[in-house]
Amino acid sequence: MNRKHLSVPYIVWIICGTLIPLGMMFFYGFTAKDGSFTFDNILAIGLPGHAKALWQSLELSFISTVICFVLAYPLGLILRSSRLGRKSFTLFVFILPMWMNFLLRTMAWQVLLEKGGVINSMLVNLGLNRLRLINTKGAIVMGMVYDFLPFMVMPICNTLNKIDDSLIEAARDLGAGSRQVLFHVLLPLSVPGIVSGITMVFVPALTTFVISNMLGGGKILLIGNVIEQEFTVADNWHLGAGLSLVMMIFILISMAFIAKFDKNGEGLT
Amino acid sequence: MKKFGRILYLVLIVIFLYAPILTLMVLSFNNGKSMGKWTGFSTHWYIEMLQDETIMEALYNTLIIALIAAVVSTVIGTAACLAIQVMRSRSRNVLMALNNIPMLNADIVTGLSLMLTFIAFGISLSFGTVILSHITFCIPYVILSVMPKVRQTTGVHYEAALDLGATPLYAFWKVTLPDIFPGIVSGFLMAFTMSVDDFIVTHFTRGAGVNTLSTMIYGMVKIGIRPTVYALSTVVFVTVLIVLIISNIISARAEAAKNV
Repeated sequence: MNRKHLSVPYIVWIICGTLIPLGMMFFYGFTAKDGSFTFDNILAIGLPGHAKALWQSLELSFISTVICFVLAYPLGLILRSSRLGRKSFTLFVFILPMWMNFLLRTMAWQVLLEKGGVINSMLVNLGLNRLRLINTKGAIVMGMVYDFLPFMVMPICNTLNKIDDSLIEAARDLGAGSRQVLFHVLLPLSVPGIVSGITMVFVPALTTFVISNMLGGGKILLIGNVIEQEFTVADNWHLGAGLSLVMMIFILISMAFIAKFDKNGEGLT
Repeated sequence: MKKFGRILYLVLIVIFLYAPILTLMVLSFNNGKSMGKWTGFSTHWYIEMLQDETIMEALYNTLIIALIAAVVSTVIGTAACLAIQVMRSRSRNVLMALNNIPMLNADIVTGLSLMLTFIAFGISLSFGTVILSHITFCIPYVILSVMPKVRQTTGVHYEAALDLGATPLYAFWKVTLPDIFPGIVSGFLMAFTMSVDDFIVTHFTRGAGVNTLSTMIYGMVKIGIRPTVYALSTVVFVTVLIVLIISNIISARAEAAKNV
């Protein structure tokens, strides 16, 4: 009974729970309903409906990721600059929503944005017209940013807080202004956190179907919706698997990206 | 002036993050159903929530699944960390790399691939398949929490205990385990939270009839949200808040005690 044997349950689980299922995905993706080998399921990404869905997903998740970054990085800088801001309790305030159920948070935006919802009711009370807020691309972006912002904030704040103050002081001693300190010291050193944050926002945003169902009314189809429909409504698992494999290529690219910038896995903790 | 700008920015972000949640909380005390009109303070939605069988059953399911998944994944994950620590660097790197796959995979891929596997092997989708699936995606988070702790405690204490005559099992129980305990606790909490919060994997692996909170809420999207769900949201939020505050206090005290 060797200590290494303790890893056996884990290895069994990885094989049965991750590797075999991935294999099944590949199997379904490369076969047609009659069992023959085919590339059709993969190439189906080129069909107009699917390509549009993929493009919309890329567009909206990219926009959401950029917005999350633009909101989170200044937040990280501000928190870093004060002693109170660096306390884990302060970060806790910004991370807390992340721990609340993701569906409830998305539903909260439904309540705010709906035709008879909170925002429109307030507008009506003020004598203004209702706005069409829900079932738009903007609503979906709003939902994505709201749901995933804490995932961007956490790694960025963690890496920024780890940067030694003496490095900043040294830069200033050498004559650097605030702008130079930001671009030549802070940004380069916080790259692991940024990359981690981008991955934790972009990948879920790209593949979501919940947000587009709840805030897009099922009218704006993202690639996640298409895949989900192939498996549930259209009952074409092979096509769904093929499209999923295409999507996984994008995920692999981001994994490679992480490996390049964040060799020590610093940003993930 | 600069300081004011910074504080303003922080406040705006906090408002953005909490306004939707607070809206739900306020509405949960609204007498009427309307999202726009306040018709008086009332707690009757909370009472309706407690009496609603669907909600209570979904809540119960969610907690049981999360508890089982968290316990099992913590045991498997901790065992794996202890084993990986004594492995050659090549095996270690392979296993750690494999560990990253479930975390970086999109939920939808994890859920679909597990569904395909269950069906291909003739396992019908049910409560059990949900638990198995949850364990699968919880283990990596446990390993991520426990591994740093296992790395930190370099085994010196363990060897010292053996030198002093302890059996390996005794040394493990009395020396190694307390050392890595904070990692185990945080791994357990992470696994529990990931399980409670999960929707997509549950959605694909549950079959008919099994509902967790997340799948129930998603189903309600089609029908029309009832204010009982607002009451539910408030309860969830307050629970999460309390649990996190407590766990923060505990870990802060543990850190302080260590530094003494």
